[in-house]
Amino acid sequence: MTASPPKAVFADTRSRRLLLIAGLLAATLAAVLLSLAVGSKFIAPLDVLQALGGTTDTETGAIVNGLRLPRTLLGVLAGLALGIAGAVIQGHTRNPLADPALLGITQGAALGIVLAVMVGGISSLFGYVWFGFAGALIATITVFVIGATGRGGPTPVTLALAGAAVSYLLQGLISAVVLFDTDVTDIYRFWKAGSLVGSNLDLLGKATPFIVAGIVLALANTSALNALSLGEDTARALGHRVSLARAIGIGSIVLLTGAVVAIAGPLGFVGLVVPHLARGITGPDYRWLVPVAGLLGVVMVLVADIAGRLVLDKGELPAGIMLALVGVPFFIVLVRRRKLVSI
Amino acid sequence: MSTVRAVRLGPVSWQLRLRTTAVLVAGVALLGAAGCVALALGTYTMPDGGPVTPGDVVAVLTGGGDEGLAYVVWDLRLPRILTGALVGAALALSGAITQGIARNPLSSPDILGVTAGSSVAAVAVIALSGSRGQISGAAAEIGVPVASMLGGLLAALGVFVLAWRGGIEGYRLVLVGLGAGSLLSSVTFWLLSVGDVDIATRAVTWLTGSLNGSSWIQVTPVAIALALLVPVVLGGTHLLGALHFGDDTARSLGVRLNAARLTLLVLAVLLAGVATASAGAIIFIALAVPQVALRLTGSAQPPLLTSAMLGAAFTVTADLVARTLLPAGELPVGVITAVLGAPYLIYLLMRRNRVGKAGV
Repeated sequence: MTASPPKAVFADTRSRRLLLIAGLLAATLAAVLLSLAVGSKFIAPLDVLQALGGTTDTETGAIVNGLRLPRTLLGVLAGLALGIAGAVIQGHTRNPLADPALLGITQGAALGIVLAVMVGGISSLFGYVWFGFAGALIATITVFVIGATGRGGPTPVTLALAGAAVSYLLQGLISAVVLFDTDVTDIYRFWKAGSLVGSNLDLLGKATPFIVAGIVLALANTSALNALSLGEDTARALGHRVSLARAIGIGSIVLLTGAVVAIAGPLGFVGLVVPHLARGITGPDYRWLVPVAGLLGVVMVLVADIAGRLVLDKGELPAGIMLALVGVPFFIVLVRRRKLVSI
Repeated sequence: MSTVRAVRLGPVSWQLRLRTTAVLVAGVALLGAAGCVALALGTYTMPDGGPVTPGDVVAVLTGGGDEGLAYVVWDLRLPRILTGALVGAALALSGAITQGIARNPLSSPDILGVTAGSSVAAVAVIALSGSRGQISGAAAEIGVPVASMLGGLLAALGVFVLAWRGGIEGYRLVLVGLGAGSLLSSVTFWLLSVGDVDIATRAVTWLTGSLNGSSWIQVTPVAIALALLVPVVLGGTHLLGALHFGDDTARSLGVRLNAARLTLLVLAVLLAGVATASAGAIIFIALAVPQVALRLTGSAQPPLLTSAMLGAAFTVTADLVARTLLPAGELPVGVITAVLGAPYLIYLLMRRNRVGKAGV
């Protein structure tokens, strides 16, 4: 492509990449700080830092530690998890349109939760998170099997449509359950809008191990993803066990999306948008791409959540809505490209 | 492949395809049978405690019979069956047109954003008319169907414009529709969370698509719309036929491609919009029924009249199942169509994958 010697190009992209990643880290910190500072009452960053981890007796302390800290931490966890899950899904499917919400995974978790609330009478997060996982796992496998059946493997279009079909089916079942039980309706409708409000440190503590496990699996999966992007045969020739790599990937996707969806509801489009931006920063190497997608996910979720607090005069728009407002135009731009971007 | 016969009646002559006619007649028979069962079946018992017999229903329909049963049949069951039949016919017809334009079995008003647009507008009216108190009474009653209609039209227009790139391609239309649908449905769910729970339940019922509580008020608009639109649609049959041969052939047959597509699409959206306005978002009829009709008749593209007839029969049957399946209460018909329709869509995807066409 270029006339300069390969080594110089490598050094150049490497320093550029490191610079961008440093900038991204700064942006992540800024987003965290803003998320603690901005709201119906603005608190100056210095006061935020002073209040952090301190008392909840003062008004500032109560707002920062009692309300905004759990919310921000949930945003960080959700962003990390969804960004990384998005990169892993797009890597395994080699599909630029793959996203947990578009692939029916979110609906699967939703049906699991709704059933848990209705049949089991379980209303605590730690009770229904398992059902969310089970639903997410079943939906993921179903969509992948449908999308991949036959020769040619899963194309962007078949996978998106298989996701849509499964989502419609699950949505029908969810409606059936919801309509029989107003208690379920009440839990479901708030969950469904996708929001970071109302999280507390206790919930976060319980979800964190799953997300950490998911991240570890994703990172362990990156070199296999690099090999798989050359095709299954090449990956096999390079000494990777393809079915094991696929299993690790799906396990990671389910842990990450299942946990986030259970506590925050469907936060769509993070998993779709973020890997594309990350690819612009790191190039196609998944060892870099996956962690960078995680950081970008954090920025995107927090910024959406902060924006949602500011757009309405009274009340706020849930992060899930803000993410869709940003994500859909991006999706449409992707779709309108002459050839769908190839991964 | 199928027998075609010329029929002449005085100065008029047309082609009669025997297989298509047979399917059409079967559709009418199924609709009739499901309608009769739906008229007779239910919780109402005769004053002497005995079950309703077909004879009782016939007596009521011919103007006599038991007064209580007459109320149940004329004011509750008949309008419900008619709404189901008309809505089903409109949806299936709309689907047949959309699939004909896009030459793609996956395109349907559900996927092209019409349903999502209708939903968001209708739920907005339901939510605002309740807790916020800005709209009430008659305005809220009429508001839901009107808003649903406008919402569907606007969303379809938006999807069409966004998918336009020197023309319309099937896959782009479908994917843009999916994207728009997901944006609109997230707004819908936000609206659900701002009102109180009774309103949310009402909205979810509407979102699933239900014929519960249909009365003559629901029958009239769909009937009028179908009476006006069906002749226009049938007049456009030749355009669909020409589009089927591909863009170049259609152009050489003198069809102005984009104008033809736009006109047909507007008709399809109007039909789906009217149907959704009166019964809510009953999904998959528009998608699945035209394909079933296509396979049964063995024709080259989704047949219009046969699709409409099968759509009517299928919707009335699905509602009958929804009404009688559970002893605890009535399910919205949309649950049945989703549970039957989604596996069908999945089958369609898997089958086309095997053929190697990758879904579209």
